[in-house]
Amino acid sequence: MKLRELAHSRTGDKGNISNISVIAYDPANYALLEQQVTAARVKAFFDGVVLGDVVRYELPNIGALNFVMYQALGGGVTRTLALDIHGKSFSSALMELEISENL
Amino acid sequence: MKKIRLGSGAGYSGDRIEPAVELAEKGDIQYLCFECLAERTIAIAQQAKMKDPAQGYDALLAARMEAVLPICHKKGIKIITNMGAANPQAGAAKIKQIAEKLNIKGLKIAAVSGDDVLAAIRDQELTIEETGAKLSTIKDKLVSANAYLGAAPIIEALQAGADIVITGRVADPALFIAPLVYEFGWSLDDWNLMGQATVIGHLLECAGQVTGGYFSDPGFKDVPGVGHLGFPIAEVGADGSLVITKVESAGGMVTLATCKEQLLYEIHNPKTYFTPDVVADFTGVKMEQIGKDQVRVSGGTGAAKTGLLKVSLGYVDSYIGEGQISYAGPGAVNRGRLALDIVKERLEFMGVKLQESRYDFMGVDSLHGEKLSAGHDPYEVRVRVTGRTETMAEAVRIGNEVETLYTNGPAGGGGAWKSAREVVAMVSVIVPDSVVNYSVQYEVI
Repeated sequence: MKLRELAHSRTGDKGNISNISVIAYDPANYALLEQQVTAARVKAFFDGVVLGDVVRYELPNIGALNFVMYQALGGGVTRTLALDIHGKSFSSALMELEISENL
Repeated sequence: MKKIRLGSGAGYSGDRIEPAVELAEKGDIQYLCFECLAERTIAIAQQAKMKDPAQGYDALLAARMEAVLPICHKKGIKIITNMGAANPQAGAAKIKQIAEKLNIKGLKIAAVSGDDVLAAIRDQELTIEETGAKLSTIKDKLVSANAYLGAAPIIEALQAGADIVITGRVADPALFIAPLVYEFGWSLDDWNLMGQATVIGHLLECAGQVTGGYFSDPGFKDVPGVGHLGFPIAEVGADGSLVITKVESAGGMVTLATCKEQLLYEIHNPKTYFTPDVVADFTGVKMEQIGKDQVRVSGGTGAAKTGLLKVSLGYVDSYIGEGQISYAGPGAVNRGRLALDIVKERLEFMGVKLQESRYDFMGVDSLHGEKLSAGHDPYEVRVRVTGRTETMAEAVRIGNEVETLYTNGPAGGGGAWKSAREVVAMVSVIVPDSVVNYSVQYEVI
C-alpha cells in the first residue's frame, strides 16, 4: 500500500532546508510508520532531488514523524532556479512511498 | 476564568483580506494579528525605502487597515502586525493617515524599530550560517540586515496603551505571545509557559494553514467550504490552555489533522525550536478534538532562551532569466526536447555565461526530476529554461532565446513567456542580543 493510505503530510522550507511531516491518520499506525518510513528510505526516495542528509525526528504524542532534508531546495526560496521555489510539492511525492502492511 | 481570543488575520503579505474582516466582525476576538513578513520581503522593502524614505512598509498595509480598522476600533480589538517591514514608522504614519480619513479618533499607534542592524554588523567578522563563508564576502552587496526581535517591544507598546502595534522583523510567534504576556501578566522567563505560547503563535502565524488551507486532497482530505476559508482563532486561558477554532459560519475546518500539519510546518528539531524568547519544545504537545472545529492543544514546554538572535541578511546575489513555451498534440514531448536543445545551443553560441541553469519539462518532470517522474506521455508539455547570470543583460537573453523558438524552433510552439529579474538572496548570521537596541515610537490621534 502507498503511504498516502496511512498518513498525511505537509512540507515547509527554511533556507535550503526542506522539512516534511508524515502524520498517521490513525495513531495506531504510528508504529508502522516509525518502522518503515526511515530517514534512509526518504533519502533514497528523493535521490537526485535532495542532495544533503535527511534527519528524522519522532513525535509519538501526535503520531507524527518529521523529516528534515538538507540541500534540498537549489539554494532556497530566495535564489533557486526551481519552478517550485519552496519545494511545497515534495510532501505529495513522498505519499507514493510503498508501505507493507505488517509490522 | 479570563480567556483571551486572538485572531490571525494573514498568513503572508499577499493573503486574502476578507477573512480578517470576518474575524473582526464575528470572531469575538480581542486581538487581530497579521503576520506578513516573509524572509525576503524585508530586503525588497528596504530597497523601496532607499528609493523613497516614506515607503518600505507592506504593500497591502493600507488596504488591510482600511478594511479592518473601522470594525476593530468600534469593538476595541487591538491590532498587532509586522507589516512595518523595513519602515515601521512610515507604516504607523500611514495608519494614522487612514484613521484620519476614516474619521477615527482616540487611537494610539506604536511603531517598533531597532531590528535593522545593518550598520551595527556590516563590518563585523561574522560567519554566514548557511554557507560558512565570512560576512565580508557579501558586505558590498548587502541590502538589509534585520534581527528577529522577541515579544518584549510589543509588550512594552501594549503596556503603554497602544491600540495598534506595527513592527519590522520580529519572530513570527512574538506577534501572538506578546498580547498573552500582556493580558495574563506572564513572566518572560517562565520557559514552559513561553514554550506553550510559542505553540500558540506557531499554530496561528500562517492563518488559513491551520483551518484547512494548504491541506485539501480530494478523497483523502476533504475540506468543506474551502473557497471561503475562515482564518483561525486561539482561545487562551491564563494557564496557557489553548483551543484552536474558527468563526462558525466560515469555510474550512479545525481538526487534529490540520493542527498537526501546522504544528510541524517549517519545524526542524521539534525539541529545540529556537526563538528570541525561548527554546520551545513541541515533543510533549498533545491534541484533542473537543468539538466541531475545536481542538485543544496542550503540552508545549521550553528551555531558557539562548540570548542569541538570528539576523536575516539580504544581498544582491545574481540575476535570473527565464523563458517558457508550450507544445501540444502528437510528438509534443519530442518537439519540446528539441526546443530545449535549440535554446541550449543558442545560449552557448551567444556566449551567455550561466552560473547555473535548468531545462525543465513542465507537466512532465519539472518538479521532482526524471527519476521520480515516471515516463507517461502527456498530451501537452511546457518547456522552461532558466539560468543564473552575473548581469541583467545576459538574463534577458535566456527568455529571448525561448521566445525566438516561435519562428525558429520546432513546429507549433505557443504561449511563449519570459522574465528576467534581479535576485536579492537571503542568508543569516547569529549575534548576541546586546547588538539590538529596540525603541517604540507612538502616534496618537
